[in-house]
Amino acid sequence: MKLIMAIIKPFKLDDVREALTGLGVEGMTVTEVKGYGRQKGQTEIYRGAEYEIHFLPKVKVEVAVAADQAERTVEAITAAASTGKIGDGKIFVVDLENAVRIRTGETDDQAL
Amino acid sequence: MNKRLIVPGLAAAVAMMAAPAFAVDAETAYILNSFSFLVNGALVMFMAAGFAMLESGLVRSKNTATICLKNITLYSIAGIMFYLVGYNLMYMDVTGYIGTLMPWAADDAAALAETGADFEAGYASSSDWFFQMVFVATAASIVSGTVAERIKLWPFLIFTIVLTAVIYPIQGSWTWGGGWLTEQGFADFAGSSIVHSVGGWAALTGAIILGARKGKYGANGSVHPIPGANLPLATMGTFVLWLGWFGFNGGSVLALGSAGDAIAMATVFANTNMAAAGGVVAAVILTQLVYKKVDLSMALNGAIGGLVSITAGPDTPTLGSAILIGAVGGAIVVFAVPLLDKFKIDDVVGAIPAHLLCGIWGTLAVPITNTDASLITQLIGVVSIGAFVVVASAIVWMALKLTIGIRAEEDVEDMGLDKVELGLEAYPEFGRGAHSI
Repeated sequence: MKLIMAIIKPFKLDDVREALTGLGVEGMTVTEVKGYGRQKGQTEIYRGAEYEIHFLPKVKVEVAVAADQAERTVEAITAAASTGKIGDGKIFVVDLENAVRIRTGETDDQAL
Repeated sequence: MNKRLIVPGLAAAVAMMAAPAFAVDAETAYILNSFSFLVNGALVMFMAAGFAMLESGLVRSKNTATICLKNITLYSIAGIMFYLVGYNLMYMDVTGYIGTLMPWAADDAAALAETGADFEAGYASSSDWFFQMVFVATAASIVSGTVAERIKLWPFLIFTIVLTAVIYPIQGSWTWGGGWLTEQGFADFAGSSIVHSVGGWAALTGAIILGARKGKYGANGSVHPIPGANLPLATMGTFVLWLGWFGFNGGSVLALGSAGDAIAMATVFANTNMAAAGGVVAAVILTQLVYKKVDLSMALNGAIGGLVSITAGPDTPTLGSAILIGAVGGAIVVFAVPLLDKFKIDDVVGAIPAHLLCGIWGTLAVPITNTDASLITQLIGVVSIGAFVVVASAIVWMALKLTIGIRAEEDVEDMGLDKVELGLEAYPEFGRGAHSI
Protein backbone atom coordinates (compact mmCIF):
# COMPACT_ATOMS: atom_id res chain seq x y z
CA MET A 1 0.00 0.00 0.00
CA LYS A 2 1.04 3.58 -0.60
CA LEU A 3 0.07 6.79 1.17
CA ILE A 4 -0.14 9.66 -1.27
CA MET A 5 0.09 13.18 0.16
CA ALA A 6 -0.68 15.97 -2.25
CA ILE A 7 -0.22 19.65 -1.34
CA ILE A 8 -2.41 21.55 -3.78
CA LYS A 9 -3.97 24.95 -4.40
CA PRO A 10 -7.16 25.17 -2.29
CA PHE A 11 -9.45 25.97 -5.23
CA LYS A 12 -8.26 22.77 -7.00
CA LEU A 13 -9.63 20.50 -4.27
CA ASP A 14 -12.92 19.76 -6.03
CA ASP A 15 -11.16 18.88 -9.31
CA VAL A 16 -8.83 16.51 -7.48
CA ARG A 17 -11.70 14.89 -5.56
CA GLU A 18 -13.62 14.31 -8.77
CA ALA A 19 -10.59 12.85 -10.55
CA LEU A 20 -9.88 10.45 -7.67
CA THR A 21 -13.51 9.41 -7.33
CA GLY A 22 -13.40 8.60 -11.04
CA LEU A 23 -10.48 6.25 -10.36
CA GLY A 24 -12.47 4.41 -7.71
CA VAL A 25 -10.70 5.88 -4.70
CA GLU A 26 -13.04 5.29 -1.76
CA GLY A 27 -11.95 7.98 0.68
CA MET A 28 -9.54 10.73 1.47
CA THR A 29 -8.50 13.07 4.26
CA VAL A 30 -8.18 16.80 3.64
CA THR A 31 -6.38 19.34 5.83
CA GLU A 32 -5.97 23.10 5.49
CA VAL A 33 -2.24 23.77 5.68
CA LYS A 34 0.22 26.60 5.10
CA GLY A 35 3.65 26.48 3.58
CA TYR A 36 6.05 27.63 0.94
CA GLY A 37 8.25 26.13 -1.72
CA ARG A 38 10.43 27.78 -4.29
CA GLN A 39 7.84 30.52 -4.68
CA LYS A 40 8.82 31.78 -1.20
CA GLY A 41 5.44 33.33 -0.38
CA GLN A 42 4.06 36.48 -1.93
CA THR A 43 3.78 40.24 -1.40
CA GLU A 44 0.62 42.03 -0.29
CA ILE A 45 0.01 45.75 0.26
CA TYR A 46 -1.99 47.44 3.04
CA ARG A 47 -2.38 51.18 3.49
CA GLY A 48 0.54 51.96 1.21
CA ALA A 49 3.07 49.58 2.77
CA GLU A 50 4.09 46.23 1.27
CA TYR A 51 4.55 43.14 3.37
CA GLU A 52 5.57 39.52 2.78
CA ILE A 53 3.24 36.57 3.25
CA HIS A 54 5.73 33.75 3.84
CA PHE A 55 3.30 30.90 4.35
CA LEU A 56 0.61 30.54 1.72
CA PRO A 57 -2.61 28.65 2.37
CA LYS A 58 -2.74 25.22 0.67
CA VAL A 59 -4.79 22.07 1.03
CA LYS A 60 -3.21 18.72 1.86
CA VAL A 61 -5.01 15.67 0.45
CA GLU A 62 -4.09 12.27 1.87
CA VAL A 63 -5.14 9.10 0.07
CA ALA A 64 -4.19 5.51 0.84
CA VAL A 65 -4.24 3.18 -2.18
CA ALA A 66 -3.13 -0.30 -3.13
CA ALA A 67 0.46 -0.28 -4.35
CA ASP A 68 -0.46 -0.98 -7.95
CA GLN A 69 -2.86 1.97 -7.98
CA ALA A 70 -0.29 4.52 -6.79
CA GLU A 71 1.05 5.58 -10.18
CA ARG A 72 -2.42 6.17 -11.70
CA THR A 73 -3.48 8.09 -8.61
CA VAL A 74 -0.45 10.36 -8.76
CA GLU A 75 -1.04 10.99 -12.45
CA ALA A 76 -4.69 11.83 -11.83
CA ILE A 77 -3.84 14.29 -9.06
CA THR A 78 -1.12 15.89 -11.17
CA ALA A 79 -3.51 16.40 -14.07
CA ALA A 80 -6.35 17.71 -11.92
CA ALA A 81 -4.33 20.05 -9.70
CA SER A 82 -2.19 21.62 -12.41
CA THR A 83 -2.62 25.21 -13.54
CA GLY A 84 0.86 25.46 -15.05
CA LYS A 85 1.63 28.42 -12.80
CA ILE A 86 4.01 28.69 -9.88
CA GLY A 87 2.57 27.39 -6.60
CA ASP A 88 0.73 24.34 -7.93
CA GLY A 89 2.13 22.25 -5.10
CA LYS A 90 3.78 18.86 -4.64
CA ILE A 91 2.91 15.18 -4.27
CA PHE A 92 4.72 12.85 -1.85
CA VAL A 93 4.34 9.06 -1.93
CA VAL A 94 5.36 6.87 1.01
CA ASP A 95 5.06 3.18 1.79
CA LEU A 96 2.18 2.29 4.05
CA GLU A 97 2.78 -0.58 6.48
CA ASN A 98 -0.67 -1.27 7.74
CA ALA A 99 -4.29 -0.16 7.61
CA VAL A 100 -7.31 -1.05 9.75
CA ARG A 101 -10.99 -0.32 9.26
CA ILE A 102 -12.09 0.44 12.81
CA ARG A 103 -15.70 -0.73 12.50
CA THR A 104 -14.99 -4.22 11.11
CA GLY A 105 -11.38 -4.83 11.99
CA GLU A 106 -10.52 -5.50 8.31
CA THR A 107 -6.87 -4.85 7.50
CA ASP A 108 -4.60 -3.70 4.68
CA ASP A 109 -6.08 -3.59 1.14
CA GLN A 110 -9.45 -4.73 2.54
CA ALA A 111 -9.51 -1.70 4.79
CA LEU A 112 -8.96 0.89 2.06
CA MET B 1 -21.43 80.98 13.70
CA ASN B 2 -23.20 80.61 16.98
CA LYS B 3 -24.49 77.09 16.88
CA ARG B 4 -27.16 77.49 19.55
CA LEU B 5 -28.28 81.07 19.61
CA ILE B 6 -28.55 81.58 15.88
CA VAL B 7 -31.77 79.60 15.58
CA PRO B 8 -34.47 82.12 16.51
CA GLY B 9 -32.69 84.86 14.58
CA LEU B 10 -32.23 82.77 11.45
CA ALA B 11 -35.75 81.39 11.52
CA ALA B 12 -37.22 84.83 12.03
CA ALA B 13 -35.05 86.43 9.34
CA VAL B 14 -35.94 83.78 6.81
CA ALA B 15 -39.61 83.98 7.79
CA MET B 16 -39.56 87.72 7.14
CA MET B 17 -37.99 87.22 3.73
CA ALA B 18 -40.55 84.63 2.70
CA ALA B 19 -43.97 85.69 1.50
CA PRO B 20 -45.91 86.31 4.73
CA ALA B 21 -49.06 84.58 3.51
CA PHE B 22 -47.24 81.25 3.26
CA ALA B 23 -44.96 81.49 6.30
CA VAL B 24 -45.77 78.93 9.00
CA ASP B 25 -46.84 80.17 12.41
CA ALA B 26 -44.44 80.24 15.35
CA GLU B 27 -45.65 76.98 16.89
CA THR B 28 -45.31 75.08 13.61
CA ALA B 29 -41.79 76.42 13.12
CA TYR B 30 -41.00 75.44 16.72
CA ILE B 31 -42.21 71.91 16.05
CA LEU B 32 -40.31 71.57 12.79
CA ASN B 33 -37.10 72.98 14.26
CA SER B 34 -37.31 70.54 17.17
CA PHE B 35 -38.10 67.70 14.77
CA SER B 36 -34.99 68.52 12.74
CA PHE B 37 -32.78 68.47 15.85
CA LEU B 38 -34.22 65.14 16.98
CA VAL B 39 -34.12 63.25 13.69
CA ASN B 40 -30.76 64.63 12.59
CA GLY B 41 -29.42 64.05 16.09
CA ALA B 42 -30.54 60.43 15.95
CA LEU B 43 -28.66 60.07 12.64
CA VAL B 44 -25.53 61.47 14.30
CA MET B 45 -26.03 59.08 17.22
CA PHE B 46 -25.81 56.20 14.73
CA MET B 47 -22.35 57.43 13.72
CA ALA B 48 -21.24 55.86 17.01
CA ALA B 49 -22.18 52.52 15.43
CA GLY B 50 -20.27 53.51 12.30
CA PHE B 51 -17.12 54.22 14.28
CA ALA B 52 -17.52 50.96 16.21
CA MET B 53 -17.80 48.91 12.99
CA LEU B 54 -15.04 50.78 11.14
CA GLU B 55 -12.67 50.31 14.06
CA SER B 56 -13.73 46.68 14.62
CA GLY B 57 -12.88 45.97 11.00
CA LEU B 58 -9.45 47.59 11.08
CA VAL B 59 -8.11 46.03 14.30
CA ARG B 60 -7.00 42.42 14.68
CA SER B 61 -9.64 39.96 15.86
CA LYS B 62 -7.89 39.57 19.24
CA ASN B 63 -8.79 43.19 20.07
CA THR B 64 -12.26 43.36 18.55
CA ALA B 65 -14.40 42.96 21.66
CA THR B 66 -12.34 45.62 23.45
CA ILE B 67 -12.83 48.17 20.67
CA CYS B 68 -16.57 47.46 20.66
CA LEU B 69 -16.75 47.92 24.42
CA LYS B 70 -14.75 51.16 24.21
CA ASN B 71 -17.09 52.55 21.57
CA ILE B 72 -20.34 51.88 23.39
CA THR B 73 -18.88 53.05 26.71
CA LEU B 74 -17.35 56.24 25.36
CA TYR B 75 -20.65 57.14 23.71
CA SER B 76 -22.40 56.72 27.05
CA ILE B 77 -19.76 58.62 29.01
CA ALA B 78 -19.93 61.48 26.52
CA GLY B 79 -23.67 61.93 27.13
CA ILE B 80 -23.35 61.76 30.90
CA MET B 81 -20.46 64.21 31.04
CA PHE B 82 -22.14 66.59 28.60
CA TYR B 83 -25.18 66.64 30.89
CA LEU B 84 -23.19 67.03 34.12
CA VAL B 85 -20.64 69.58 32.93
CA GLY B 86 -20.17 69.97 29.21
CA TYR B 87 -23.31 71.59 27.86
CA ASN B 88 -23.41 74.57 30.17
CA LEU B 89 -19.64 74.94 29.99
CA MET B 90 -20.09 75.29 26.23
CA TYR B 91 -23.32 77.28 25.93
CA MET B 92 -24.44 78.89 29.19
CA ASP B 93 -23.43 82.56 29.60
CA VAL B 94 -20.15 82.18 27.73
CA THR B 95 -17.81 84.98 28.78
CA GLY B 96 -15.55 84.66 25.77
CA TYR B 97 -13.44 81.67 26.70
CA ILE B 98 -15.67 79.49 28.90
CA GLY B 99 -19.30 79.02 29.95
CA THR B 100 -20.82 78.12 33.27
CA LEU B 101 -20.01 75.18 35.53
CA MET B 102 -23.33 73.51 36.36
CA PRO B 103 -25.40 70.52 35.19
CA TRP B 104 -27.84 71.10 32.37
CA ALA B 105 -31.63 70.93 32.85
CA ALA B 106 -34.50 71.57 30.48
CA ASP B 107 -36.70 74.46 31.59
CA ASP B 108 -39.24 74.74 28.81
CA ALA B 109 -41.81 72.14 29.90
CA ALA B 110 -42.56 74.08 33.08
CA ALA B 111 -42.57 77.37 31.17
CA LEU B 112 -45.06 76.04 28.64
CA ALA B 113 -47.38 74.87 31.42
CA GLU B 114 -47.12 78.16 33.29
CA THR B 115 -47.19 80.90 30.68
CA GLY B 116 -48.72 79.02 27.76
CA ALA B 117 -47.73 79.36 24.15
CA ASP B 118 -44.37 81.12 23.85
CA PHE B 119 -42.29 79.86 20.99
CA GLU B 120 -39.62 82.53 20.95
CA ALA B 121 -36.89 80.02 21.78
CA GLY B 122 -37.52 78.40 18.39
CA TYR B 123 -37.18 74.76 19.48
CA ALA B 124 -37.65 72.42 22.46
CA SER B 125 -34.56 72.82 24.61
CA SER B 126 -34.02 69.07 25.04
CA SER B 127 -33.95 68.66 21.25
CA ASP B 128 -31.04 71.09 21.11
CA TRP B 129 -29.30 69.43 24.05
CA PHE B 130 -29.65 66.02 22.40
CA PHE B 131 -28.29 67.32 19.08
CA GLN B 132 -25.25 68.95 20.71
CA MET B 133 -24.61 65.89 22.89
CA VAL B 134 -24.17 63.50 19.96
CA PHE B 135 -21.49 65.81 18.55
CA VAL B 136 -19.25 65.51 21.60
CA ALA B 137 -19.61 61.74 21.35
CA THR B 138 -18.31 61.91 17.78
CA ALA B 139 -15.17 63.75 18.89
CA ALA B 140 -14.52 61.07 21.51
CA SER B 141 -15.05 58.23 19.00
CA ILE B 142 -12.24 59.55 16.82
CA VAL B 143 -9.65 59.00 19.56
CA SER B 144 -10.43 55.34 20.21
CA GLY B 145 -9.52 54.13 16.71
CA THR B 146 -6.09 55.74 16.64
CA VAL B 147 -4.92 54.40 20.00
CA ALA B 148 -6.53 50.96 19.53
CA GLU B 149 -4.86 47.60 20.22
CA ARG B 150 -2.37 48.80 22.85
CA ILE B 151 -4.05 51.25 25.23
CA LYS B 152 -5.46 50.05 28.56
CA LEU B 153 -9.21 50.28 28.84
CA TRP B 154 -9.66 52.34 32.02
CA PRO B 155 -7.10 55.08 31.31
CA PHE B 156 -8.73 55.51 27.90
CA LEU B 157 -12.14 55.93 29.53
CA ILE B 158 -10.75 58.46 32.01
CA PHE B 159 -9.32 60.44 29.09
CA THR B 160 -12.76 60.31 27.47
CA ILE B 161 -14.30 61.80 30.63
CA VAL B 162 -11.94 64.77 30.57
CA LEU B 163 -12.25 65.23 26.80
CA THR B 164 -16.05 65.27 26.79
CA ALA B 165 -16.55 67.16 30.07
CA VAL B 166 -13.89 69.85 29.75
CA ILE B 167 -11.65 69.95 26.68
CA TYR B 168 -14.33 69.76 23.97
CA PRO B 169 -16.84 72.10 25.66
CA ILE B 170 -14.29 74.83 26.43
CA GLN B 171 -13.03 75.13 22.87
CA GLY B 172 -16.59 74.70 21.61
CA SER B 173 -17.72 77.70 23.64
CA TRP B 174 -15.26 79.90 21.73
CA THR B 175 -17.29 79.50 18.55
CA TRP B 176 -20.64 77.79 19.00
CA GLY B 177 -21.16 79.20 22.50
CA GLY B 178 -20.72 82.73 21.14
CA GLY B 179 -17.21 83.25 22.55
CA TRP B 180 -14.16 85.05 21.22
CA LEU B 181 -13.75 83.10 17.96
CA THR B 182 -17.32 83.94 16.95
CA GLU B 183 -16.55 87.60 17.58
CA GLN B 184 -13.55 87.23 15.25
CA GLY B 185 -15.84 85.80 12.55
CA PHE B 186 -14.50 82.23 12.61
CA ALA B 187 -16.68 79.94 10.46
CA ASP B 188 -17.03 76.25 11.25
CA PHE B 189 -20.52 75.23 10.18
CA ALA B 190 -20.76 71.71 11.63
CA GLY B 191 -17.32 71.21 13.16
CA SER B 192 -14.42 70.36 10.82
CA SER B 193 -12.25 71.95 13.49
CA ILE B 194 -14.49 72.01 16.53
CA VAL B 195 -15.40 68.31 16.39
CA HIS B 196 -13.13 66.45 13.96
CA SER B 197 -9.83 68.23 14.42
CA VAL B 198 -10.39 68.25 18.17
CA GLY B 199 -10.78 64.46 18.14
CA GLY B 200 -7.82 64.26 15.76
CA TRP B 201 -5.52 66.42 17.90
CA ALA B 202 -6.39 64.39 21.01
CA ALA B 203 -5.74 61.20 19.02
CA LEU B 204 -2.40 62.45 17.66
CA THR B 205 -1.22 63.50 21.11
CA GLY B 206 -2.30 60.15 22.52
CA ALA B 207 -0.62 58.15 19.72
CA ILE B 208 2.70 59.95 20.27
CA ILE B 209 2.67 59.55 24.06
CA LEU B 210 1.44 55.96 23.85
CA GLY B 211 3.85 54.74 21.15
CA ALA B 212 3.28 52.37 18.24
CA ARG B 213 1.89 48.86 18.42
CA LYS B 214 4.52 46.21 19.01
CA GLY B 215 6.01 45.11 15.70
CA LYS B 216 4.58 47.94 13.60
CA TYR B 217 7.93 49.59 12.92
CA GLY B 218 11.26 47.83 12.39
CA ALA B 219 14.62 49.06 13.66
CA ASN B 220 15.79 50.37 10.27
CA GLY B 221 12.70 52.44 9.59
CA SER B 222 10.82 49.59 7.95
CA VAL B 223 7.03 49.50 8.24
CA HIS B 224 5.27 46.22 8.99
CA PRO B 225 1.59 46.59 8.13
CA ILE B 226 -0.90 45.01 10.51
CA PRO B 227 -3.93 44.33 8.29
CA GLY B 228 -7.40 44.73 9.73
CA ALA B 229 -9.40 41.61 10.52
CA ASN B 230 -12.63 42.37 8.68
CA LEU B 231 -12.80 44.77 5.76
CA PRO B 232 -16.52 44.21 5.05
CA LEU B 233 -17.20 45.42 8.59
CA ALA B 234 -14.97 48.47 8.03
CA THR B 235 -16.85 49.20 4.80
CA MET B 236 -20.19 48.91 6.57
CA GLY B 237 -18.93 51.27 9.29
CA THR B 238 -17.91 53.81 6.67
CA PHE B 239 -21.34 53.69 5.03
CA VAL B 240 -22.99 54.15 8.43
CA LEU B 241 -20.79 57.18 9.11
CA TRP B 242 -21.65 58.57 5.66
CA LEU B 243 -25.36 58.19 6.48
CA GLY B 244 -24.96 59.76 9.90
CA TRP B 245 -23.13 62.69 8.35
CA PHE B 246 -26.36 63.88 6.70
CA GLY B 247 -27.63 64.50 10.21
CA PHE B 248 -24.30 65.92 11.33
CA ASN B 249 -24.12 68.58 8.60
CA GLY B 250 -27.80 68.80 7.69
CA GLY B 251 -28.94 69.23 11.28
CA SER B 252 -26.35 71.95 11.74
CA VAL B 253 -28.54 74.25 9.65
CA LEU B 254 -30.24 74.36 13.09
CA ALA B 255 -33.71 75.14 11.76
CA LEU B 256 -36.42 73.68 9.53
CA GLY B 257 -39.11 76.24 10.15
CA SER B 258 -39.29 77.80 6.70
CA ALA B 259 -38.76 77.09 3.01
CA GLY B 260 -35.42 78.90 3.30
CA ASP B 261 -34.31 76.49 6.01
CA ALA B 262 -35.48 73.51 3.97
CA ILE B 263 -33.50 74.71 0.94
CA ALA B 264 -30.41 75.25 3.09
CA MET B 265 -30.68 71.78 4.62
CA ALA B 266 -31.21 70.15 1.23
CA THR B 267 -28.14 71.95 -0.14
CA VAL B 268 -26.10 70.73 2.81
CA PHE B 269 -27.28 67.11 2.32
CA ALA B 270 -26.35 67.18 -1.36
CA ASN B 271 -22.95 68.81 -0.80
CA THR B 272 -22.14 66.42 2.03
CA ASN B 273 -22.80 63.43 -0.21
CA MET B 274 -20.77 64.79 -3.12
CA ALA B 275 -17.76 65.63 -0.96
CA ALA B 276 -17.66 62.04 0.30
CA ALA B 277 -17.95 60.78 -3.28
CA GLY B 278 -15.09 63.07 -4.33
CA GLY B 279 -12.95 61.78 -1.44
CA VAL B 280 -13.51 58.14 -2.39
CA VAL B 281 -12.81 58.60 -6.11
CA ALA B 282 -9.67 60.63 -5.39
CA ALA B 283 -8.37 57.96 -2.99
CA VAL B 284 -9.16 55.12 -5.41
CA ILE B 285 -7.40 56.80 -8.34
CA LEU B 286 -4.43 57.99 -6.31
CA THR B 287 -3.77 54.65 -4.60
CA GLN B 288 -3.85 52.98 -8.04
CA LEU B 289 -1.32 55.51 -9.37
CA VAL B 290 0.94 55.68 -6.32
CA TYR B 291 0.88 52.08 -5.04
CA LYS B 292 -0.15 50.25 -8.27
CA LYS B 293 -3.00 48.65 -6.30
CA VAL B 294 -6.28 50.18 -5.18
CA ASP B 295 -6.39 50.27 -1.38
CA LEU B 296 -9.82 49.58 0.11
CA SER B 297 -8.99 50.88 3.59
CA MET B 298 -7.77 54.16 2.09
CA ALA B 299 -10.88 54.41 -0.10
CA LEU B 300 -12.88 54.15 3.15
CA ASN B 301 -10.65 56.80 4.75
CA GLY B 302 -11.19 58.88 1.60
CA ALA B 303 -14.93 58.91 2.22
CA ILE B 304 -14.39 60.09 5.78
CA GLY B 305 -11.76 62.60 4.63
CA GLY B 306 -14.19 64.04 2.07
CA LEU B 307 -16.95 64.27 4.67
CA VAL B 308 -14.72 65.99 7.22
CA SER B 309 -13.45 68.41 4.56
CA ILE B 310 -16.94 69.67 3.69
CA THR B 311 -18.13 69.87 7.30
CA ALA B 312 -16.80 73.39 7.97
CA GLY B 313 -18.83 74.85 5.12
CA PRO B 314 -21.37 72.51 3.51
CA ASP B 315 -23.86 75.35 2.94
CA THR B 316 -22.03 77.58 0.44
CA PRO B 317 -20.30 75.41 -2.23
CA THR B 318 -21.88 74.27 -5.45
CA LEU B 319 -22.03 70.51 -6.02
CA GLY B 320 -18.93 70.77 -8.20
CA SER B 321 -16.96 72.66 -5.55
CA ALA B 322 -18.10 70.17 -2.92
CA ILE B 323 -16.71 67.28 -5.00
CA LEU B 324 -13.37 69.09 -5.34
CA ILE B 325 -13.18 70.01 -1.64
CA GLY B 326 -13.85 66.35 -0.79
CA ALA B 327 -11.38 65.11 -3.39
CA VAL B 328 -8.59 67.15 -1.80
CA GLY B 329 -9.54 65.43 1.46
CA GLY B 330 -9.20 62.04 -0.23
CA ALA B 331 -5.77 63.04 -1.55
CA ILE B 332 -4.67 64.20 1.90
CA VAL B 333 -5.50 60.73 3.26
CA VAL B 334 -3.48 58.90 0.60
CA PHE B 335 -0.35 60.97 1.17
CA ALA B 336 -0.61 61.47 4.94
CA VAL B 337 -0.91 57.78 5.87
CA PRO B 338 2.66 56.86 4.76
CA LEU B 339 3.90 60.19 6.14
CA LEU B 340 2.68 59.27 9.64
CA ASP B 341 4.45 55.92 9.26
CA LYS B 342 7.69 57.81 8.52
CA PHE B 343 7.35 59.52 11.90
CA LYS B 344 6.46 56.16 13.49
CA ILE B 345 3.07 57.50 14.59
CA ASP B 346 0.84 54.42 14.63
CA ASP B 347 -2.72 55.37 13.72
CA VAL B 348 -4.63 52.08 13.48
CA VAL B 349 -7.66 53.38 11.56
CA GLY B 350 -6.29 56.49 9.81
CA ALA B 351 -8.20 58.93 12.01
CA ILE B 352 -5.39 61.50 12.08
CA PRO B 353 -5.31 62.03 8.30
CA ALA B 354 -9.08 61.81 7.88
CA HIS B 355 -10.25 63.81 10.88
CA LEU B 356 -7.35 66.08 11.87
CA LEU B 357 -5.70 66.95 8.55
CA CYS B 358 -8.91 67.00 6.50
CA GLY B 359 -10.51 69.01 9.32
CA ILE B 360 -7.79 71.63 8.99
CA TRP B 361 -8.14 71.63 5.19
CA GLY B 362 -11.94 71.91 5.39
CA THR B 363 -11.74 74.83 7.82
CA LEU B 364 -9.22 76.69 5.67
CA ALA B 365 -11.27 75.96 2.53
CA VAL B 366 -14.37 77.78 3.79
CA PRO B 367 -13.34 81.20 2.33
CA ILE B 368 -13.12 79.65 -1.16
CA THR B 369 -16.90 79.50 -1.39
CA ASN B 370 -18.01 81.70 1.53
CA THR B 371 -17.20 85.39 1.06
CA ASP B 372 -18.08 86.13 4.71
CA ALA B 373 -15.16 84.06 5.97
CA SER B 374 -11.51 85.13 5.94
CA LEU B 375 -8.49 82.87 5.65
CA ILE B 376 -6.64 84.67 8.45
CA THR B 377 -9.53 84.18 10.88
CA GLN B 378 -9.89 80.54 9.83
CA LEU B 379 -6.17 80.08 10.48
CA ILE B 380 -6.48 81.71 13.92
CA GLY B 381 -9.28 79.27 14.73
CA VAL B 382 -7.34 76.21 13.56
CA VAL B 383 -4.20 77.18 15.46
CA SER B 384 -5.88 78.27 18.70
CA ILE B 385 -8.14 75.20 18.89
CA GLY B 386 -5.21 72.94 17.97
CA ALA B 387 -2.87 74.47 20.53
CA PHE B 388 -5.44 74.26 23.31
CA VAL B 389 -6.41 70.65 22.59
CA VAL B 390 -2.81 69.44 22.16
CA VAL B 391 -1.68 71.04 25.44
CA ALA B 392 -4.76 69.94 27.40
CA SER B 393 -4.68 66.38 26.00
CA ALA B 394 -0.95 66.06 26.54
CA ILE B 395 -1.39 67.02 30.20
CA VAL B 396 -4.11 64.40 30.67
CA TRP B 397 -2.30 61.65 28.73
CA MET B 398 0.96 62.33 30.62
CA ALA B 399 -0.79 62.44 33.99
CA LEU B 400 -2.40 59.08 33.23
CA LYS B 401 0.89 57.65 31.95
CA LEU B 402 2.78 58.66 35.09
CA THR B 403 0.11 57.44 37.53
CA ILE B 404 -1.87 54.38 36.45
CA GLY B 405 -0.07 53.88 33.10
CA ILE B 406 -1.75 53.92 29.69
CA ARG B 407 0.12 51.21 27.81
CA ALA B 408 -0.92 47.55 27.98
CA GLU B 409 1.87 45.19 29.07
CA GLU B 410 3.81 43.54 26.27
CA ASP B 411 2.41 40.05 26.89
CA VAL B 412 -1.12 41.49 27.06
CA GLU B 413 -0.59 43.12 23.69
CA ASP B 414 0.65 39.78 22.30
CA MET B 415 -2.27 37.82 23.69
CA GLY B 416 -4.82 40.46 22.74
CA LEU B 417 -6.69 42.89 24.97
CA ASP B 418 -9.92 40.90 24.64
CA LYS B 419 -8.69 37.91 26.64
CA VAL B 420 -6.94 39.96 29.31
CA GLU B 421 -9.09 43.07 29.81
CA LEU B 422 -12.48 41.51 29.03
CA GLY B 423 -11.80 37.82 29.57
CA LEU B 424 -13.53 36.85 26.34
CA GLU B 425 -13.06 36.57 22.60
CA ALA B 426 -15.01 38.34 19.86
CA TYR B 427 -15.09 35.22 17.65
CA PRO B 428 -14.75 32.15 19.92
CA GLU B 429 -16.10 29.71 17.33
CA PHE B 430 -14.12 30.85 14.31
CA GLY B 431 -10.51 30.95 13.16
CA ARG B 432 -8.23 30.26 16.08
CA GLY B 433 -10.93 30.95 18.67
CA ALA B 434 -11.02 28.74 21.75
CA HIS B 435 -14.34 27.16 20.79
CA SER B 436 -13.30 26.19 17.27
CA ILE B 437 -12.04 22.65 16.70
